[in-house]
Amino acid sequence: MEMYLYIALFAPLTGSLFAALFGASPKTLWTGVVTSALLFASFVSSLTLFVYLIQGGAPLHTELMTWMETGNLYIPFGFVVDQVSATMMIVVTTVSTVVHVYAIGYMDHDRAFNRFFAWLSAFVFSMMILVMSDNFAGMFIGWEGVGLCSWALIGFWYHKESATWAANEAFIMNRIADLGMLIGIFLIYWNTGSLQYDHAFAVMPTLDTTVLTLMGIFLFVGAMGKSAQFPLHTWLADAMEGPTPVSALIHAATMVTAGVYLVVRAHPLYELIPDVGYFIAGLGAFVAMFAATMALVNRDIKRIIAYSTLSQLGYMFVAAGLGAYWVALFHLMAHAFFKALLFLGAGNVMHAMSDELDPMKMGGLYKVMKWTAILMILASVALAGIWPLAGFFSKDNILEVAFSSDHYVIWAVLWITAGLTAFYSFRLIMLAFFSGEARYKQYGFHPHEAYKFMLWAMSPLAVLAVVAGWAEEIFVYFVTDLLPEFEFHIHHNVEMMLIVVTTIMAVGGVFVAVLMYKNGPLNPKWEKTAIYKLLFNQYYIPKFYDEFFSKPYAELSKIFWKQIDLKVVDATVDFIATTIYKTGEGTHTMQNGNLSSMLRWMVIGVVVLLIAAVAFTFGLQVAG
Amino acid sequence: MMEIGLTHYLVLATILFAIGLVGVMRRKNLLMLFMASEILLNAVNVAFAAIGHYYGDLTGQMFAFFVIAIAASEVAVGLGLLIIWYKRTGTIDLDTMTSMRG
Amino acid sequence: METIAFYLFAALTITMFTYTVMSSQALFALSSMAAGMIMISAFFFLLDADFLGVVQIIVYTGAVMALYAFGMMFFDTTRAVKEHNTSKIMVLTLSTLAAVLVIAIVTMPLIADNIGAVFPEPAGVDNPKAVGIVLFTKYLVPFEVAAVMLLVAMIAGIVMAGKKMDRSLTKMKEEEITMLRQEETLQKVTL
Repeated sequence: MEMYLYIALFAPLTGSLFAALFGASPKTLWTGVVTSALLFASFVSSLTLFVYLIQGGAPLHTELMTWMETGNLYIPFGFVVDQVSATMMIVVTTVSTVVHVYAIGYMDHDRAFNRFFAWLSAFVFSMMILVMSDNFAGMFIGWEGVGLCSWALIGFWYHKESATWAANEAFIMNRIADLGMLIGIFLIYWNTGSLQYDHAFAVMPTLDTTVLTLMGIFLFVGAMGKSAQFPLHTWLADAMEGPTPVSALIHAATMVTAGVYLVVRAHPLYELIPDVGYFIAGLGAFVAMFAATMALVNRDIKRIIAYSTLSQLGYMFVAAGLGAYWVALFHLMAHAFFKALLFLGAGNVMHAMSDELDPMKMGGLYKVMKWTAILMILASVALAGIWPLAGFFSKDNILEVAFSSDHYVIWAVLWITAGLTAFYSFRLIMLAFFSGEARYKQYGFHPHEAYKFMLWAMSPLAVLAVVAGWAEEIFVYFVTDLLPEFEFHIHHNVEMMLIVVTTIMAVGGVFVAVLMYKNGPLNPKWEKTAIYKLLFNQYYIPKFYDEFFSKPYAELSKIFWKQIDLKVVDATVDFIATTIYKTGEGTHTMQNGNLSSMLRWMVIGVVVLLIAAVAFTFGLQVAG
Repeated sequence: MMEIGLTHYLVLATILFAIGLVGVMRRKNLLMLFMASEILLNAVNVAFAAIGHYYGDLTGQMFAFFVIAIAASEVAVGLGLLIIWYKRTGTIDLDTMTSMRG
Repeated sequence: METIAFYLFAALTITMFTYTVMSSQALFALSSMAAGMIMISAFFFLLDADFLGVVQIIVYTGAVMALYAFGMMFFDTTRAVKEHNTSKIMVLTLSTLAAVLVIAIVTMPLIADNIGAVFPEPAGVDNPKAVGIVLFTKYLVPFEVAAVMLLVAMIAGIVMAGKKMDRSLTKMKEEEITMLRQEETLQKVTL
């Protein structure tokens, strides 16, 4: 069994190293095929472990080797496969394998084909470390690893200034959040004496609530950065500069869910501090609405989907914050499937339209790209939460959780957002595929369907997006071995009412979108209204950050450089050098070639040595 | 009058050495400089012989003997060089010999 | 008896050597130097170092001072040697300081108590015989090396003074020597 653990963990690393060998060479198809094959092996191993656990096997704990052992600190490279990590492993490996195969087709004409696969597999490896580690330090290694690989992949086309800027923004924002996470990890070690999950969580109930609250807050700050919660959310939209497979893998299914994973993994901690949980839930609800509003008017298909991810992450945090951890995990899993599918479909559209992103310039693509359209419609329906697809089960559960915890405001926010979600998803579908005659013809595009194997690669995701919801009962039974159960305190009738109301909202959103965009984009007069401007500029938050954080920091750095570094540090070093030089020049006059003066100096030297000798002997005599 | 001991001889040798130092530092004529260095060597010889006598060891006298041999050969070679220099430059004044300036 | 001799010779030696370093006339300096050397040898006799005393007279006073005399004949001694005197004070201070310090060092009991004989002298023999015994047994290697050094000095002296040393009569052929002779006689005739 442990062999499967190691295969699942190290197969992506092997693939990455293999592809890295050819990093600087022109495209070789083998790199894509080998890495995808290795990832498939990882997927099969994860599946084996999953089946083993379902059949009643005990969670696996292994320790590869000791990392640090100093004093009281003991950190091993340890891995655990329990229900939570097995779920995450399945999600990660499934989406990764699909994305790898898809990317062989998508990056077909790209010069840096090999480098892409090296970084992509390295990312999967880091993510596997993150979810499989059995201590906070290992998780942090994975955390940083995914941050690094995400930076490399967002800025993959590094010749583009906007791409490198977006990559730096993502990395720096994550770094700021990681500081919070580090403080949280330090607090955990300081108060519980261990970074292993089982030891730390066992000690926590005995700790003071203030300390636990601080721990929870700081760990959540780290989660905020990775999962792009407000106010560290601007990087996610800009991260769309990377290639579409990257967006599908990282910013839909894996990296951004690492924050949710952290909260779920640390559930013993968050169970003890329900106030922090409530704050997390409130923030999650706010982000859900906030992101959905920004997606309503956006003119970039990838950004619309990115905001949708942000919004759904908010949903997950609501569930996790209110104590329904398995619900959050379930939504994470379902969302990964249909969001990745959505991104890959968008990738097909972009490829067909020569990387054009504005849906206003597309239209009527259904005729040309039928299969992509079908897949995207499937994914959007799942996203909107319409029965019988996966999104219905997971989102509805979250709404029930909110309602049954008597947090009616949160419920209302999420309910409205469900409508908005349906609206913007279908706005995208209508504008891109259906509305009116082919608008793209005026812009001179010649779209064509994607390669057949890419569509075949996307199909498993579509299947999962459809059927995953039906696995809810098995999932609950499986996961609640580890995670706590959540009790829904609502009467069955009320539950039915809720389902009906939510479904009306979702279907209503779909209809409104279809009707409004049936004939193409809206009248441009809408674009002049203040609300439109506010939403379109993302509530002016990026501008705000630029004015109040980036510019002052740049000024401060300049001051530090000019005043302190140049004037103080360099001056000191130069001063030492000048002193030595001047001393040399000063004593240079001693060598004037005159024998007489040299003899004089010699005698002076002899006298000095004699003085030293006398002093020394005298001192010895006095001492002895 | 006191008994002449080792200290007396050593003091004498030191005084002679100091005289030699004065000569070395003071003289600008190269020939005179050589003579002053001879004084230094002689002072040291006296010291060696005295120590050897008062400790009953012939090593002191051996050292003095070898010093005399070396001094003799040194004078020979030194004076030869001095003569060649005089033939080339016509003066043996130390202040004019500054070609080793640096 | 010894005390009187010691102090007498000490005074004489110091006077002679002071005159050597202070005089501005080269001839007087040379003469007082020679006298000083003789006085030094007197010290050696006082210290039962007979062999050394005689060697001092022969080598130093005889050979070395003769060399200096020859050297001085070579340079123009009618002129008094011009000397720019730099700070006399500093010179005197330094020397006095050096002397005082050395005396301080050698009279300190710490040094004086720790000196012992390395090669004790053989008893019951005359000094020259004892010197011979020690010189040819314990100090044989320095003796041989000193001999080599003297050889080297001699060769150096010859090379420096010699004229036409770049020509070797033993390596030239018969005809070349004859030609050289004819050139020299021609030169003499033309002069």
